Amino acid sequence: MKVRIKFSKEGPVKFIGHLDVMRYFQKAIRRAKIDIAYSSGFSPHQIMSFAAPLSVGHTSCGEYFDVELHSMPEKEELIRRLNAVMVEGIRILDAAVLGEGEGNAMARVAAADYLVTFGEAVALPSDWKERLLAFYEQPSIPVQKKTKKGEKEVDLKEGIYDLAIRKEGIYMLLDAKSGSNIKPGFVLETFFEKEKIPLPEYPFRIHRLETYLREEEGRLAPLIS
Amino acid sequence: MRKLALKDEILMQVEKPARYIGNEVNAVMKDKSQIEIRFAMCFPDVYEIGMSHLGIQILYHMFNQFEDVWCERVYSPWVDLDAVMRREHIPLFALESQDPIKEFDFLGITLQYEMCYTNILQVLDLAEIPLLSAQRGEEDPIVIGGGPCAYNPEPVCDFFDLFYIGEGETQYRRLLDLYKECKRKKTGRKTFLEKAALIPGIYVPSLYQVFYQEDGTIQKRVPLAEGIPEIIRKELVRDVTQTFYPDKPVVPFIKVTQDRVVLEIQRGCIRGCRFCQAGQLYRPVRERDVEMLKRCAMEMLQNTGHEEISLSSLSSSDYSHLPELLDFLMENCGREKINISLPSLRIDAFSLDVMNKVQDVKKSSLTFAPEAGSQRMRNVINKGLTEEVILNGARLAFQGGWTRVKLYFMLGLPMETEEDIRAIAELCNKIAAEFYDAVPKEKRREKVQIVASTSFFIPKPFTPFQWAAQCTREEFLDKAYFTRGAIREQLNQKTIKYNWHEADVSVLEGIMARGDRRLNQVILNAYRKGCLYDAWSDFYKNDLWFSAFEECGVDPDFYTTRERRDDEIFPWDFLDCGVTKEFLLKEWHKAQEEAVTPNCRMQCSGCGAARYQTGVCLEKKEG
Repeated sequence: MKVRIKFSKEGPVKFIGHLDVMRYFQKAIRRAKIDIAYSSGFSPHQIMSFAAPLSVGHTSCGEYFDVELHSMPEKEELIRRLNAVMVEGIRILDAAVLGEGEGNAMARVAAADYLVTFGEAVALPSDWKERLLAFYEQPSIPVQKKTKKGEKEVDLKEGIYDLAIRKEGIYMLLDAKSGSNIKPGFVLETFFEKEKIPLPEYPFRIHRLETYLREEEGRLAPLIS
Repeated sequence: MRKLALKDEILMQVEKPARYIGNEVNAVMKDKSQIEIRFAMCFPDVYEIGMSHLGIQILYHMFNQFEDVWCERVYSPWVDLDAVMRREHIPLFALESQDPIKEFDFLGITLQYEMCYTNILQVLDLAEIPLLSAQRGEEDPIVIGGGPCAYNPEPVCDFFDLFYIGEGETQYRRLLDLYKECKRKKTGRKTFLEKAALIPGIYVPSLYQVFYQEDGTIQKRVPLAEGIPEIIRKELVRDVTQTFYPDKPVVPFIKVTQDRVVLEIQRGCIRGCRFCQAGQLYRPVRERDVEMLKRCAMEMLQNTGHEEISLSSLSSSDYSHLPELLDFLMENCGREKINISLPSLRIDAFSLDVMNKVQDVKKSSLTFAPEAGSQRMRNVINKGLTEEVILNGARLAFQGGWTRVKLYFMLGLPMETEEDIRAIAELCNKIAAEFYDAVPKEKRREKVQIVASTSFFIPKPFTPFQWAAQCTREEFLDKAYFTRGAIREQLNQKTIKYNWHEADVSVLEGIMARGDRRLNQVILNAYRKGCLYDAWSDFYKNDLWFSAFEECGVDPDFYTTRERRDDEIFPWDFLDCGVTKEFLLKEWHKAQEEAVTPNCRMQCSGCGAARYQTGVCLEKKEG
């Protein structure tokens, strides 16, 4: 059966890259003695697929991966067993058995939302909030986006589903589909560049709140709802 | 959450920031307020190399078993972070607590290869610990050296307060207790070192003075205080079953060189190859109990989640319970989809059968280490491997479906002639011919590929070749070119690929290996000029090294190209590695006569290690 698992990644473990997080979970699943299925062939690997890669340096409380299991304990037991073998900063938050024919996590991802704050070294003009909202409210935001074939012009606005300034930071809901994913840092860099506001190295602290799929009726819903 | 020593801005600009954050699975965290001794364990190379070392894992486990000790890890920051730390004056820190190393009681540095010596200085420097032992004060950590290169500690003796000679499991507790006592009584650093020098296996270099003769060789060494031992004997674990073994190895987040469970099945080697230092240092061979190994293997796999297990020893085929252990592993690992990797196995029907079961024959290559091409030369080095055995192994392998063979040889061995070198090429050719003979045309899935690699022979202390002259850089290169030419003359030359090791770095390694106290200033000078990560060819700066020798007035050739007299006093003679100098000298003479010495299991040759009364020395001999 296919099982979707939700986890968070916070604190120093944010410096572990996506591929290493995958390796980490492969080993964690062995430690937790989860009855996972393996691919066939001479070097079998665990059947596991991750939803949306998280950049190095970003934190998240809405990460997902799918696994194929031969048998599954009670959901609470599965979560407990996995949490017993986690390192500080990575917590298993939820798990759910997927229905027949449900697409895998990566294929289902439609969007993700983020909260962005600034590093200490960032100095901003007093009216930055108004300017950011004005930037977002433009009818279109043409940008050059790097693709495998070179650069092409795209409308950034199409991928920004929401942008708001909250007490905790800048909130953004962005396209996270594997072909058209928009990185929150890219949105802000575009803004600051346009406004000619200089930024230091590593200016943003980016936290992913949730990863969403699009339901049949078009609404966004968390990958486990 | 733990607070990191490095700011986010720094971690985001360096390569692989996960090298510096600690927090790995099975990393040991303790409450500082409950701890009496803080020990920083260092492998002076980059994280991925250091994390792959079994010895550190064993000691880390042992120290952390002690309730009053917290042992943490530290590695050489990579060159990018090194630059940032120097610019921003960030002191080097331990991975677990992220606290500065200078606040620790001990800094233990393992010396696994000579080319890490400038990295020792980097670690001390970044930790803000004075580089020279003589300049350290009461607040500085005690800096301890250990590992195989500590068997000739003299080239780096000024940088260490003490060295631990031999296997760490035996005397560390005593050393730590002495430290606690000295700390309580506030005796000071000097008294602690003087008392430590009385513990078996502990060498305190500052308590000895060396006098030289006019020709530069050693006249004598004198202890500077009453009661300080003249000879220091290596420490050795007599029972390798009832001892510390890391049941919960640390699991790195990033890919490291040895990304698997490592099961050390035995220590030492019965073979006595005359070039091999490890084969002498770790005598006598001691096997771990097979039941202990089965239990450890399963525990470590469970506690790490690794998908591979590797057997470790100098010569796994000599482990007497190998078939039983492998059967057990194959049965238990197959179910869990765990790979078994088998380095250092002799190629024969048994090992091929095992490899066939645990590896994908199509993807794997087989490794032979004949070390020399001619039988005469293999007799000189006492490598008990005949051409017949090699060809037979290759034939069996080809029939079993393997098509790729790796061969390791050494160039520049004592008494080597052009004929011996040509024999390397001829042996490669014969192996290729064996393929065409053993595998009928219709069954040849792909072409046979033979990769021959040569390294340059470097005489090491405590080997029968410690008296031998090392080749010059030019001689090394001439031999490599000659080998390449000889291979090109072979009928099957198109299937043979040839690689050789760099010559410059082999010369420097040779200097360090048999160096004396006068090299300390050269290493310090080279480090100040910018030498670092010398083991990495991209960073090795030969020019800087040789200008350091010149500025210090030290002649590099004195250490390498000179053949030693039988009665020369070597810088390391004050250490007793268990094997006597008389035995080594006898072996040196036998090498010159091309005479072989039987292995320890066939017959005792009286090397001296029987004093330890353990392992193979207590077994009944075949003869």
